[in-house]
Amino acid sequence: MRNEPQLTWPTSDLSRIPYAVYCDPTIYEEEQDRIFRGPTWNYLALDAELPKKGDFLSTKVGETPVLVCRDNDNSLHAFVNRCMHRGMLLCRERQGNSPNFICPYHQWTYDLKGQLRAVPFPKGVNGEGGLPKDFDRKNIHLHELKIESYKGVIFGTFSNKSEPLLDYLGPEVIYEIDRLFHKPVHILGYQRQRIFGNWKLYNDNVRDPNHGGLLHMFHATFGLYRLSQKGGAKLDERGRHNITWNALGTDDEKTTEEGYEGTKNVYNAKFNLKDMSMLQNRTEHDDDVTLVILSVFPNVVFQQISNSLCTRQIRTDSNNRMELYWTYFGYADDDEDMTRHRLDQANLVGPGGLISMEDGEAVELVQTAVQREQDKHATVEIGGKGKIKTQKSLVTEVPIRGFYSYYCELMGFPVGSDATAK
Amino acid sequence: MIGTDIREAITDLMADFCHFLDDDRLEEWLDFFTEDCMYKVLSRENEASDLPLELLSCRNKNMLRDRILSLREANIYNIHYDKHILGAVRILEEKNGDYRVQANYSLYQTNQDGVSELFSVGTYRDLVVFDGGMPMFREKIAVVDTFGIPRLLSTPI
Repeated sequence: MRNEPQLTWPTSDLSRIPYAVYCDPTIYEEEQDRIFRGPTWNYLALDAELPKKGDFLSTKVGETPVLVCRDNDNSLHAFVNRCMHRGMLLCRERQGNSPNFICPYHQWTYDLKGQLRAVPFPKGVNGEGGLPKDFDRKNIHLHELKIESYKGVIFGTFSNKSEPLLDYLGPEVIYEIDRLFHKPVHILGYQRQRIFGNWKLYNDNVRDPNHGGLLHMFHATFGLYRLSQKGGAKLDERGRHNITWNALGTDDEKTTEEGYEGTKNVYNAKFNLKDMSMLQNRTEHDDDVTLVILSVFPNVVFQQISNSLCTRQIRTDSNNRMELYWTYFGYADDDEDMTRHRLDQANLVGPGGLISMEDGEAVELVQTAVQREQDKHATVEIGGKGKIKTQKSLVTEVPIRGFYSYYCELMGFPVGSDATAK
Repeated sequence: MIGTDIREAITDLMADFCHFLDDDRLEEWLDFFTEDCMYKVLSRENEASDLPLELLSCRNKNMLRDRILSLREANIYNIHYDKHILGAVRILEEKNGDYRVQANYSLYQTNQDGVSELFSVGTYRDLVVFDGGMPMFREKIAVVDTFGIPRLLSTPI
């Protein structure tokens, strides 16, 4: 099944990534089972999106459409968004409120716990047709995912082999979620971006603090994020999640100019904005950290860039297409002025973001360039080779190796010099 | 009744706005806006749900100038041509000499291989004011139906 001869992981420290892993449709198919339906916790939604009983929303785990709802006893449920009858998409709306789910095809009706409640004409008409005698609707229940939420962040898993959510996240990630969700949030809105590249290329992108100060020139130029600032990349014990962080204004002119010497255009100290309000950081924490990009394996990024807060969910379409689903939020006690400030700063990221618009393009250009180079490998050595561990500098891409160490484990890919794909 | 002069001036402004974008005359394009202008690109999905988040927002002309400067100097984006197709211009309302104007648009992008794709379709909801006889936008709001943004939103809509 696998495109076998091309897929090799020649170094056990994952400093070489085979391009086939981004291009091969059979690998993508296998990922849906082994990663998205494997023993991982996938981000589904925020609690704040489902405040009331009967609230529901449509989301995705990998490519699988998933329905999340709040039941009448306030508990949350997640189901594959598919009627158990003939496979129709049960719920077509993105978001709403309903006492039950009625399949548009044949009106099979499910309650908010996913239990089948009603089928029209169960006994047919005049004794003819209808359901067979041994049909018991009590036995029919939507395909349910296991849910756990932490601080209002809802995760789901398909597998009964998944470790408890908090063990999966680990203390480093929990610290950041505690920090970001230290008080109730309210939703500001959504942005959606179609990216024409493999979903892992986006995971690579957010685990690569090095590109932030080089590709994103807006960032570097205005001092929001420069590689010469205090920052780093924290990894969890297994290296599968990553926290890129930095602190504003912790570099000086000399380090900056030396570091960027020879690069064209990236750092230009004479470049100024006419309206600086967007770049203002309003302190919300006891620390001096102004940027946190927390990536949780396999499908979510949590963002704090100054006062711009959001989640970015990775939804896959195929081996070379994905959607990035951005959910922006503020805190429930924000006043009007703070909300306006967060909305202004939303200009920094997202598909039209002054900082981040490049990412959608970068991912696509890699996908295009590697399509016919599937036997070749990407080189991931910045920040060092060997042991995968927390990085004290932003000039690193070690977290990418962390991602693939866990990825290969789940996919069953042998790694190392003696490894050959079997 | 809205006079023919006014109607023509507004229609010309709407057309020029699109052509200046398509011709990459972004610095001159800025002259179509008042200093206190508001330029926004809104996702129809958010609008329908009463959510305030924009896809892009400039609350004054300086923010718009910064956007253009950033495009010119800092951002890396897909190399393309834009082509706006503007629908019929509707003047909805006049109030103290200011005009509420609406028009549909479609915006195609053509890449370096000469392949054109629909990038965005939506509706402009604008407020046009006259300054010394010159029509200008105090509000230019593009509500996009294509809120699943293909690749990235770089050049203005």
